[in-house]
Amino acid sequence: MAGRAVSLSSKTGIGAAALVVVLILGALLAVLSRAEVGSGLGRADWAAIRFTVWQAFLSALISTVLAIPVARALARRRFPGRGLLVTLLGAPFILPVIVAVLGLLTVFGRGGWVNQGLDALGLPTLSIYGLHGVVLAHVFFNLPLATRLILQGWHSIPAERFRLAAQLRLTPRATFRTLEWPMLRQVVPGIAALIFVICLTSFAVALTLGGGPRATTIELAIYQAFRFDFDLSRAALLSVVQLIVAGGAAVVALWIIPQVSIGGGLDRPVQRWDARRGLQRAMDAGVIALAAAFLLLPLAAVVWRGVNGLPLLPVSVWQAAGMSVFVAVISVGVLLALALPMAGWIATRRAGGVEAIGLLGLSASPLMIGTGWFILVNPVINPADVALPVTALVNAMMALPFCLRIIVPRLRETVQDYGRLAQTLGVTGWPLWRIVILPRMRGQLGFATGLTAALSIGDLGVITLFADQERVTLPLQMYRLMGSYQMDAAAGAALLLLVLALGVFWLCDKGGRGDAEA
Amino acid sequence: MLRLENAQVKQGRFAMSADIALERGQKYAVIGPSGAGKSTLLNALCGFVPLATGRLIWNEDDITQAAPGARPMTMLFQDNNLFPHLTVAQNVGLGLRPDLKVSKRDLDKVNDALQRVGLLDQADKRPGALSGGQQSRAALARVLVQAREWVLLDEPFAALGPALRAEMLDLVQDLVAETRAGLIMVTHAPEDVRRIADQVIFVAEGRAHAPEPAAALMDNPPPALREYLGAG
Repeated sequence: MAGRAVSLSSKTGIGAAALVVVLILGALLAVLSRAEVGSGLGRADWAAIRFTVWQAFLSALISTVLAIPVARALARRRFPGRGLLVTLLGAPFILPVIVAVLGLLTVFGRGGWVNQGLDALGLPTLSIYGLHGVVLAHVFFNLPLATRLILQGWHSIPAERFRLAAQLRLTPRATFRTLEWPMLRQVVPGIAALIFVICLTSFAVALTLGGGPRATTIELAIYQAFRFDFDLSRAALLSVVQLIVAGGAAVVALWIIPQVSIGGGLDRPVQRWDARRGLQRAMDAGVIALAAAFLLLPLAAVVWRGVNGLPLLPVSVWQAAGMSVFVAVISVGVLLALALPMAGWIATRRAGGVEAIGLLGLSASPLMIGTGWFILVNPVINPADVALPVTALVNAMMALPFCLRIIVPRLRETVQDYGRLAQTLGVTGWPLWRIVILPRMRGQLGFATGLTAALSIGDLGVITLFADQERVTLPLQMYRLMGSYQMDAAAGAALLLLVLALGVFWLCDKGGRGDAEA
Repeated sequence: MLRLENAQVKQGRFAMSADIALERGQKYAVIGPSGAGKSTLLNALCGFVPLATGRLIWNEDDITQAAPGARPMTMLFQDNNLFPHLTVAQNVGLGLRPDLKVSKRDLDKVNDALQRVGLLDQADKRPGALSGGQQSRAALARVLVQAREWVLLDEPFAALGPALRAEMLDLVQDLVAETRAGLIMVTHAPEDVRRIADQVIFVAEGRAHAPEPAAALMDNPPPALREYLGAG
């Protein structure tokens, strides 16, 4: 029914969208006003741009190339624990970056498990700092994401095709060429583009594992200009560069980024009749074991070290944890206030042009927005006073594009299925949200709020610009502990952060499922 | 009297015109080939699709621009007539109070309606726990409490078996007789037309023809209708 769509007020939706645009453009204008273009980009700045693009390219390439065999093995094998492993593939998305970094350091770091092993064998050890480390961490985060998305592609191939292939007795190679290769050609470029864009604005990984003239991303350079030199004009100039690089890439990638679906259906492997020989089985088993180890060992390391570190936690860590929870709660509130009206507006019109506004948040880097708002509020109030609200706001905006992608399809479906019924009954305005829409979207809202809360709790980004000694979130406090070589206390904080992030996600998601009916 | 005056509906390349007058208390069957515009006619009456030209008049009032909820009619769709997350009683209660704040008196009415359709013992269940026939009854209970002057059916019983469908149509007939509402129902089945309709609106080639007495029309159909019915 195109005619009179259900009467979801578009005014609040437009208002929310306008607010997002104002927040981003306001920051951009502030940044532009301070950027002294005349001074131009120095050699270090060009190096940062090159490094940013190069590490993002490598991360995207390695993640997707490695994800293909893993996804294929998962698509065609059944084994106990498969469902759990597929679920765990979603975990890095909500895993606080700094926690993962600590885990990776424990496994791959200077005195880490891998190097101990190499040393025992008399082989040269490897260093996790610099380009290696940044790419390693990005692969750790994005290999599971790529695997899940490619697995989705595999599941989109109708089961009948595989039955047909079995009847025709196609060899594994022929099956690959006729069924799997065309699918891969369709989905892989989009996934690589998505990962490339995500890695372009990576900050926390570069902060902890990069650094120095040879391994500094633009985002990190903004932070350094800001924090060490308090050179606002250089930070502003770099922010403009970041916006051009990441925003440009995001706009290009927007056309090829695949739909991100939230689980469901991936737990069931397709019945296959090819690739049954011993060698292929062994190879698939090996691939799955390696991927699982790569994913699980750093997490196990965090838990193992963290348990020992928990008793050592200073009071400041517990205070920071409280701050983080507080920030996450505000983030979720802000997110709902922005996302629901926007989703209502988007869902009642045909094309999703408005979703682009949500994606603006993805392309605008958190540190650019942070820098801009620092410049704006600095003359008026002490920026540290607004550290937590600004962090919560920026966190909500970073989660906005993902959350819109989660809730808009369901809202659209609800309006399509029940819009006319609601209209004949005269259910409009707030009762429409209360009686029809919100209950229908419980699952999606639980997932979206859980995602936002977890991302917000684990975020180590804009807070680094605004924080002082008192107003500190848990990830920042953990970073400071690492910086002062209190590694055991840092490990304890990491475990606390891990439990908080996963716990808050689980709580929200569970609340959404509740006594889910129909 | 419900009058569609020189009305035209346009949806993309599809267009349907109607110039008809309907009397309250009468039962109208809307028949015609698929895609001819039967559902569009009902959607236009209910206000789900706007009129490109013409007016809709109820008694003396022009309700062309009225919101669907403000019109003197209620419609049962092919599906999604009940909210799956609300109980049967809540679904029926929505017919009285769009904000679900039902008073004690409203609740009595809801229970009366459920009693009337034989679902009183299912009041606290969700639609998913009911059979197809029971779901139809629940939707009819809501129609009953709404007590609008017109009841429109867009083949809500199409998924039911023949016996159950006949049972539902009999129930509908009783209900509109009790509330003295007019009935407008889309159907594909000539036996349904004979069973309950007083008048027939034949829709074909983008035009809704003026209603004609059902029995006479079905006994002696004009060529276009004869072709649609396929009766030799």
